[in-house]
Amino acid sequence: MDEERGARLRRLRWHCRRALLELDLMFQRYWSRVGDDVEAADAAALERLVAMEDHDLWDLVCGRTETDDPQLMGMIERLRQE
Amino acid sequence: MKVTKRTFDAVIVGAGGAGLRAALQLSESGLKTAVITKVFPTRSHTVAAQGGVAASLGNSEEDHWHWHMYDTVKGSDWLGDQDAIEFMCRKANEVVIELEHYGMPFDRTDAGKIYQRPFGGHMSNFGEKPVRRSCAAADRTGHAMLHALYQRNVRANTQFFVEWMALDLIRDAEGEVLGVTALEMETGEMVAFQAKATIFATGGAGRIYYSSTNAFINTGDGLGMAARAGIPLEDMEFWQFHPTGVAGAGVLITEGVRGEGGILRNDKGERFMERYAPNAKDLASRDVVSRAMVTEINEGRGCGPNKDFVLLDITHLDPQVIMQRLPGIREISIQFAGTDPIKEPIPVVPTCHYQMGGIPTNYGGQVVAPRASSMNVAVPGFYAAGECACASVHGANRLGTNSLLDLLVFGKSAGETAVEDVKKSTRAHKDLPQEAIERSLERVSRLDTQKDGADVHEARLAMQRTMQNHCGVFRFADKLKEGVANILAVQQDVQRTGIKDKSKVFNTARVEALELDNLIEVAVATMISAEARKESRGAHVRDDAPDTAEKPNGRDDQNWLKHTLWFKEGNRLDYKSVKLTPLTVPTIELKKRAY
Ligand SMILES: Cc1cc2nc3c(=O)[nH]c(=O)nc-3n(C[C@H](O)[C@H](O)[C@H](O)COP(=O)(O)OP(=O)(O)OC[C@H]3O[C@@H](n4cnc5c(N)ncnc54)[C@H](O)[C@@H]3O)c2cc1C
Repeated sequence: MDEERGARLRRLRWHCRRALLELDLMFQRYWSRVGDDVEAADAAALERLVAMEDHDLWDLVCGRTETDDPQLMGMIERLRQE
Repeated sequence: MKVTKRTFDAVIVGAGGAGLRAALQLSESGLKTAVITKVFPTRSHTVAAQGGVAASLGNSEEDHWHWHMYDTVKGSDWLGDQDAIEFMCRKANEVVIELEHYGMPFDRTDAGKIYQRPFGGHMSNFGEKPVRRSCAAADRTGHAMLHALYQRNVRANTQFFVEWMALDLIRDAEGEVLGVTALEMETGEMVAFQAKATIFATGGAGRIYYSSTNAFINTGDGLGMAARAGIPLEDMEFWQFHPTGVAGAGVLITEGVRGEGGILRNDKGERFMERYAPNAKDLASRDVVSRAMVTEINEGRGCGPNKDFVLLDITHLDPQVIMQRLPGIREISIQFAGTDPIKEPIPVVPTCHYQMGGIPTNYGGQVVAPRASSMNVAVPGFYAAGECACASVHGANRLGTNSLLDLLVFGKSAGETAVEDVKKSTRAHKDLPQEAIERSLERVSRLDTQKDGADVHEARLAMQRTMQNHCGVFRFADKLKEGVANILAVQQDVQRTGIKDKSKVFNTARVEALELDNLIEVAVATMISAEARKESRGAHVRDDAPDTAEKPNGRDDQNWLKHTLWFKEGNRLDYKSVKLTPLTVPTIELKKRAY
């Protein structure tokens, strides 16, 4: 993996450190599943999700709120428990 | 490694409620103030707080700070310092109204006042009946609080260093604190922050336990840094457990679930709370429910293949009620227990929730430590507030909603004291002691050079399991003794952790290893302090200190009405007296704690 991509993923992993344990656990599950095998499009979707406020993000995961953005929708699906 | 120096009047480590409140005091007084934080301020753990913040505003019914004080002393099982408790309860209205003026969107009454709701342990007229004292902003109180305080800090020109990890205190030979060393995650660069006032507001260390409601960020860094710099940690044996965390995950299932009719069951499907609390049953207080659950598990009536959890059953409730009144619970259960609570009960265990002990301070937020013949001498240049500090207002057990209040009151008072101290000092900044900086650098570089290092993840897990099994809700003399030996063995591993990734930019493996250095200090302090305290009090409950006529609830005031101080060096313990004299009112006399 080139250094730039590695740094991007490590930054993203750190941004998955959240204030809510629910989100920490959800992201932990995601990362242990994918490892470093994250496509650029998925990384971009994650970057948008981690920029959200914790409660808003959790509401989205729980389906209490919705998004019609296909990029985010796909990622939310993958973050949920299969 | 080269270390750059940056100089400020004050540096605050932590941007949760306590850190932001302290920073505001300093910046608004015109001092050059830096806030260092591992995560963006509004990602701090304070965001998780939903229940509210206590203040005897009396908006919904008659209330008085003196009643609030009584509840807090009683809640603390008389281990709280009554001067600090009076200070906090008297200041509550002021700090909450201030927050309202900063734009905090509190829930309102029809008349436009802050709406208040009841919360466990808060009573009117010295313990008579429940009172509405909690002020909330929907279910996002902590979140709203951080936003209001952050905006205000931006306006006051507080300088934020986001995604920086403070590593060590810089303390000179005279014992004065002169700042901290810190690591910028983005670059891997080390910087010495020089300041006349250093304030710790780094939050709790709930991640020392395997089952914890705390987010991953709560690694007790401030406590580790203080301990390494020779400052004792106070009352670390006292941890509050929440009865219903999802087994294996820790995520909190609110009391509201039992309020709506949820029932706890053992492996035989028995509603066991009927045996422990025939009246209140599943709605008994947190500690009673937690202990009953642990007794069931210890006596072999737990559920699952390892018989290590009990079940919270809401399958008898109308699915509509679950969906409408308990939103989120279903999702939490599906996500983290893999069960749909409409069809199957939720596996739960008592889960570590809040740290009552911490860095010892007085009610002015100054860190205090023993020196010569006095037990409470201020450490020059050093202040602490919030969950990392021990003022001590929560004593042996915290009342819900008193923590957010603690952040506001002691964040502010630590800020005020620091402003006074900095403005009084006419001297230029002292030189930074090179040895202190070197020690900190060595801690980081050891990780890169360690041969056959222990795995960070495994060492952390060993620590968490040891704490959970030997120093949980219900404590046993032999288990504690064994726990001390085991945790000291884990500490050996932590001292030789290694990392494979040596990269500079956002090296999260390095950060996690450095966090573990802090967690282990807290774990050792907790185990040793708990083993030594031979009574039951508040959240510290020992099997060999049961409820008797002479010692109600197992509390032994004659021998143990005192604060523990644990020192890292030699794992030494010392004790200091509890301050039983309030500021203006008479002492709240010792009584059996009963609800
Ligand atoms: C699920 C849950 C619900 C709760 N609900 C309530 C409630 O309703 N009412 C109530 O009163 N209490 C509640 N509590 C307790 C309360 O939320 C916490 O005690 C409180 O928020 C702690 O605030 P703090 O400012 O001390 O620390 P935190 O908010 O934890 O902030 C710590 C800060 O320190 C920073 N930091 C830590 N280490 C370092 C380092 N080495 N370098 C740089 N920065 C660092 C972090 O980045 C963060 O900014 C709840 C707790 C939990 C777990």
